[in-house]
Amino acid sequence: MHAIVGENGAGKSTLMKILYGMQKPDEGTITVDGEQVTLHSPADAIARGIGMVHQHFMLADNLTVLENTVLGGESLYGIGGRARDKIREISDAYGLGIRPDVLVEDLGVADRQRVEILKVLYRGARTLILDEPTAVLVPQEVDALFANLRELKAEGLTVIFISHKLGEVLSVADEITVIRRGTTVASVSPDEVSTKQLAELMVGSELPTPETRESTVTDRPVLSVEGLTVHTHDAEHGDRTVLDDVGFTIHAGEVLGLAGVEGNGQTELIEALIGLKHADAGTIRLGDEEITGWATRRRREGGIGYIPEDRHRHGLLLESPLWENRILGHVTEQPNSRGYWLKPKAARADTERIVEEYDVRTPGIEVTAGSLSGGNQQKLIVGREMSHHPRFLIAAHPTRGVDVGAQAQIWDQIREARHEGLAVLLISADLDELIGLSDTLRVMYRGRLVADADPATITPEELGTAMTGAASGHLEHEEGDAATGSDADGRPDAASGAQNEENEHE
Amino acid sequence: MSDGGKPGVAAASGRPTTRARLDRLVLALGGPVLALGVAVLLTSAVLLLSGRSPVEPYVLMIEYAGNADIQVLIVNQATTYYIAALAVAVGFRMNLFNIGVDGQYRLAAMVAAVTGAAFSLPAPLHVLVIMAVAMLTGAFWAGIAGILKTSRGVSEVVSTIMLNAIATSIIAYLILPAQFGEQRGNNLTTGQIAESGWFPGFDTGPGGVVYGFIVVAALLGVVYWLVLNRTRFGFDLRATGASQSAAAASGVDAKRMIFTSMVISGGVAGLAGMPVLLGDSHTYSLVFPVGIGFTGITIALLGRNHPVGIAFGALLIAFLDKASATLDYSGYEKEIATIMQGLIVIAVVISYEAVRRYGLRRQQQKVGEELAAQAASAPGDTSQNLSKGASA
Repeated sequence: MHAIVGENGAGKSTLMKILYGMQKPDEGTITVDGEQVTLHSPADAIARGIGMVHQHFMLADNLTVLENTVLGGESLYGIGGRARDKIREISDAYGLGIRPDVLVEDLGVADRQRVEILKVLYRGARTLILDEPTAVLVPQEVDALFANLRELKAEGLTVIFISHKLGEVLSVADEITVIRRGTTVASVSPDEVSTKQLAELMVGSELPTPETRESTVTDRPVLSVEGLTVHTHDAEHGDRTVLDDVGFTIHAGEVLGLAGVEGNGQTELIEALIGLKHADAGTIRLGDEEITGWATRRRREGGIGYIPEDRHRHGLLLESPLWENRILGHVTEQPNSRGYWLKPKAARADTERIVEEYDVRTPGIEVTAGSLSGGNQQKLIVGREMSHHPRFLIAAHPTRGVDVGAQAQIWDQIREARHEGLAVLLISADLDELIGLSDTLRVMYRGRLVADADPATITPEELGTAMTGAASGHLEHEEGDAATGSDADGRPDAASGAQNEENEHE
Repeated sequence: MSDGGKPGVAAASGRPTTRARLDRLVLALGGPVLALGVAVLLTSAVLLLSGRSPVEPYVLMIEYAGNADIQVLIVNQATTYYIAALAVAVGFRMNLFNIGVDGQYRLAAMVAAVTGAAFSLPAPLHVLVIMAVAMLTGAFWAGIAGILKTSRGVSEVVSTIMLNAIATSIIAYLILPAQFGEQRGNNLTTGQIAESGWFPGFDTGPGGVVYGFIVVAALLGVVYWLVLNRTRFGFDLRATGASQSAAAASGVDAKRMIFTSMVISGGVAGLAGMPVLLGDSHTYSLVFPVGIGFTGITIALLGRNHPVGIAFGALLIAFLDKASATLDYSGYEKEIATIMQGLIVIAVVISYEAVRRYGLRRQQQKVGEELAAQAASAPGDTSQNLSKGASA
């Protein structure tokens, strides 16, 4: 079982796409079973025994497990009894526990994932690629998945496992490859490294620290949220409360960091704050005004800046030139328009300024946003949002997929604006970033704010524990922890948080 | 990099260089030229297969179009097409497929004809009232599809097709003598509009009269361009078309946008019947032109939703329509032109997508190359920029 770890944007997914034949390499070779191969398409990969389980499941809800499995592979074992027998055989062999005749829509996430794995095995795969398989699972399901994977390994199959959850990687992998910015930086064995060392390998030792110590927090509240509750309805989960009685206040000059495993309500909180989601209960106040009922545009004009978590979906028009992207989100504001009329000239000139000041690497402002690299797209977004001097900034994963240099720059920008009285809600999966930039920390778990912590003393491991719901209330830094942490043999120290977490589930 | 030793400088200025402009023009024209070329080739192939000359029909049509009266016919037909295509293009720009232009313009023309024949006003006012009624009717009919989409999530494709069929039935009912119709020989009409409600044309002598409405059509094209490219509303509309999620996050109210653009599209569609009604027939009858809305879709596609492109598209399709009449006299079927129109549509869709992808890929490559060149020409630049950015 081979794990591939790396930051977001390090090239993990690209590598997997190449292995699965979805993308062609510009250079280099792939060798399968000692034979050099060229994979032109996923069909090629499947023929070579390589199968992929995608992060987002590709199943038809209104078909049964059997139908989903044979779909596209009808020639293998037919579509009837023979196929059903084969499915049972595979399921029993690896302990997958699959019932061939249930509808996929009646299955939970973990079961669906097992169906995906079965689909791949059904096609005769000997090498399985799993793209962040644990991202959607709760801890107990993760353990079950790992048990399945160990079963596969015992049968002689190869599993390639992509993740950025280091605790998991250390607990299941036999070998770990760390990639950073598109190159392999290390190949290690899980016995040799700790999560901390692995993290350092992932981000690089020249990692700039996002630390910001002198406090600029004032007692002037900029954003106050009280009792915010949001319900959603979807086919997969039915009715759910995704935000449950969330309340916090961010003052001028304060960065409030929100930690949490993805999918615990952060996205919904952002959408409720920017006005894309309707609050079912609770109030949101910006300064002295209640903005709960305001539309998105009014909120943005009122001084909310927005660095979205998915810049391609929410932050940019990929096929439009940079200067039009500079207008996006601020079309009613200077210098982009006067009255009902756009001012393309002024917008162009201001785009030039942003490109210059925020060091957006581009040959010009007429190129499409989609042709820039992720980091430069992000710099453009940060520059655009900062140019309108927001009172309150929503910064969701502001440095995701951004190279180290640009990262430092974006942190500087946030720090500087904070110094001038900006209130920031920082949401990030990078715990060092959260701890380093924030003045206050909150932990979100299943739609609730369950814990708070002081960024001056907390460690990423302690924060990580709270993110899984294992700790709540005010998190105090335990001195004892740090003592074991500096143990001479080095092995268990930083891994302790993740290890504890593992132990609890077992 | 032909512009010498400092590619970074020229590019970094941000102003599109002549080279870049030329590039964009080539890309913009590449699609249509490719599509037309392919369509001509395929049509010739069809002719060859049926044992005819693969070239003669084109020659015949071009010769025929040399006549002044045919030219007037083509221009008049193109005027109607142009307006219908603009109506479709408004929807296309925000990813709405208004197939209902056909029903919208016919219903609008019918209602406007009935209203116009019912009373008489001083000349310019009479025409304006008829136009206003037409726009309102078209907007209303399209607005139904807009409301269905925003309130119930009904696809505008489905609802506008249905509304086309309903419009056909409503018109058939209203034109009966028991309602607003008048029997004229074998034909049913809605009565003659008084001369004060005619739109004066340009008399070209032997060629005939060019619809005066061509001026309105041209103005519409200008307004279309201005609204889309120079107003906040237009920006929101284009943003919604480019990425609905990004537009929503930028503060566009998606539902209102869908409804508004549907209504605008319908309003413009309402005018598509006006060149004929105000410039020629002065009544709505059983022989009023049909199917213009569908041709408008072809033309909007062909013209890439650009007002100038649409003008050329409208002229081309009108040419095929009118000049093909001569084929019948020379032993060819005039359906050859219809085949060609169909092939143009297919070729347009394919070639535009191909050219678009090629353009995006090429740009990505070029951006990569130029950045690499910049970095190579100024190795110390990186750190400088970084510190500048940080202190800014």
